[in-house]
Amino acid sequence: MTRRGVFSAGAMALGGAAGAVVLLPTIGFALAPLFEEEGDTWQKVGPVENFSEDTYTAVVITAVPGIGEAGKTTAYVRRSRGDDQSEGEDGFVAISTRCAHLGCPVRYVQAAGNFICPCHGGVYDFDGKVIGGPPVRPLDRFQTRPSDDGQVEVGPRFSVTSQLDPVRTRDPGEFTGGVWDYVYPPRPSVPPAP
Amino acid sequence: MPNPLKRPSRPGERSANGAGANGSNGASRGAQGVEAAKEGGGGLVGWVDERSGATGFLTGMMFRKVPKGTNWFYTLGSATLFAFTAQAITGVFLAMYYTPSPTEAYESITHLTNDVWMGEFVRGMHKWGATVMICLIFLHMGRTFFFGAYKYPRELNWVIGVVLLILTLVMGLTGYLLPFDQRSYWATVVANNITATGPVVGPYLADFLRAGPEVGATTIQRFYAIHMLLVPGLIAALIGAHMYLVVKLGTTAPPWLKAERPKNARKKTEVG
Repeated sequence: MTRRGVFSAGAMALGGAAGAVVLLPTIGFALAPLFEEEGDTWQKVGPVENFSEDTYTAVVITAVPGIGEAGKTTAYVRRSRGDDQSEGEDGFVAISTRCAHLGCPVRYVQAAGNFICPCHGGVYDFDGKVIGGPPVRPLDRFQTRPSDDGQVEVGPRFSVTSQLDPVRTRDPGEFTGGVWDYVYPPRPSVPPAP
Repeated sequence: MPNPLKRPSRPGERSANGAGANGSNGASRGAQGVEAAKEGGGGLVGWVDERSGATGFLTGMMFRKVPKGTNWFYTLGSATLFAFTAQAITGVFLAMYYTPSPTEAYESITHLTNDVWMGEFVRGMHKWGATVMICLIFLHMGRTFFFGAYKYPRELNWVIGVVLLILTLVMGLTGYLLPFDQRSYWATVVANNITATGPVVGPYLADFLRAGPEVGATTIQRFYAIHMLLVPGLIAALIGAHMYLVVKLGTTAPPWLKAERPKNARKKTEVG
């Protein structure tokens, strides 16, 4: 190795190190939200007697704290009928309004007993299963539990398979179950399945 | 071909170096124009020119030869550049009133639009100018495609142009969120979720864009930084490379003139 070669390699290494000192922390800074875990999100949404088995009651919950109206979202809550595994005997079902197609807010239409999405025409039945339009999986749900003072609490979001088996939360538009667990890998920012 | 770089005349030397020198140099009409402008500018232009050699560079760039048949379609690239410049200027001034915060963005936009003098006009120029710029890019791209101007040796410039197109669409996407009304909020939710459906890297990319699993407290700041700092810088740098290649390689003749080429070539061989 020549003297000139050593010096040019050294100069490049020094410049590279100086660049890395600036670049690596800033890139990490920008990527940090990927590695943040979600905190405790349990919120009270009203007394137990507000909710019936036959219809949904809309409740407003805070999905992202600290940003006012933009951080709020609607969930539809009803009393469990105990007829499938994701509904406990005395539990509650809380359906997310986030459409499983691309995330627009669905609305529960009482006359039809369906959830309907305004953006691209997704339709879901009373349990949130897809019965029309482009959505790829049923509507997401929130964990529920009764609180000590007789209220219903709504907790972390989870996604379900087409058979309503709970799985880790996905973004809208992502299939659940089977090979899709690998196509859409888990991130620390999403809560695990209940 | 651009003229070879000449030693520029010193200030006060112009009478000695007069019109005869320019004429005998065989300089083009354009070069003479620059010389005249230089002389007309008095000492200052000559002083800058002696230290920078700007005349030779500018003469080569601005008075370069263009092929026969060059027409209005060739101005679409310049029009796109003008649209970008207009977006940059209006954007800088909009930034003086805009607050990139989920609780204040909408308020600052309504204040800017309704209360600030000419605010509606400046915002309108930025909003509609964005659409104009994207239309012009596609027209410019269509001109390049249908005139065959992407072919050797200009493939690299086509590639740079495609990157510029994508960056401009990123500008459109990130700028759409900034008013933070219902439409821009839900459009961003949908765009982020489309990003998230990409296999393997999609969810991570969407998390990066949203700064978390939901559109949250810092999403709008992130979009704002991408919209006004990151992407404009990249676009400006790539426009520089794009134009350097245009000047270096020259433009192509329109395709309907190419049929004449073999005849000219034959004539030349006969002469040679």
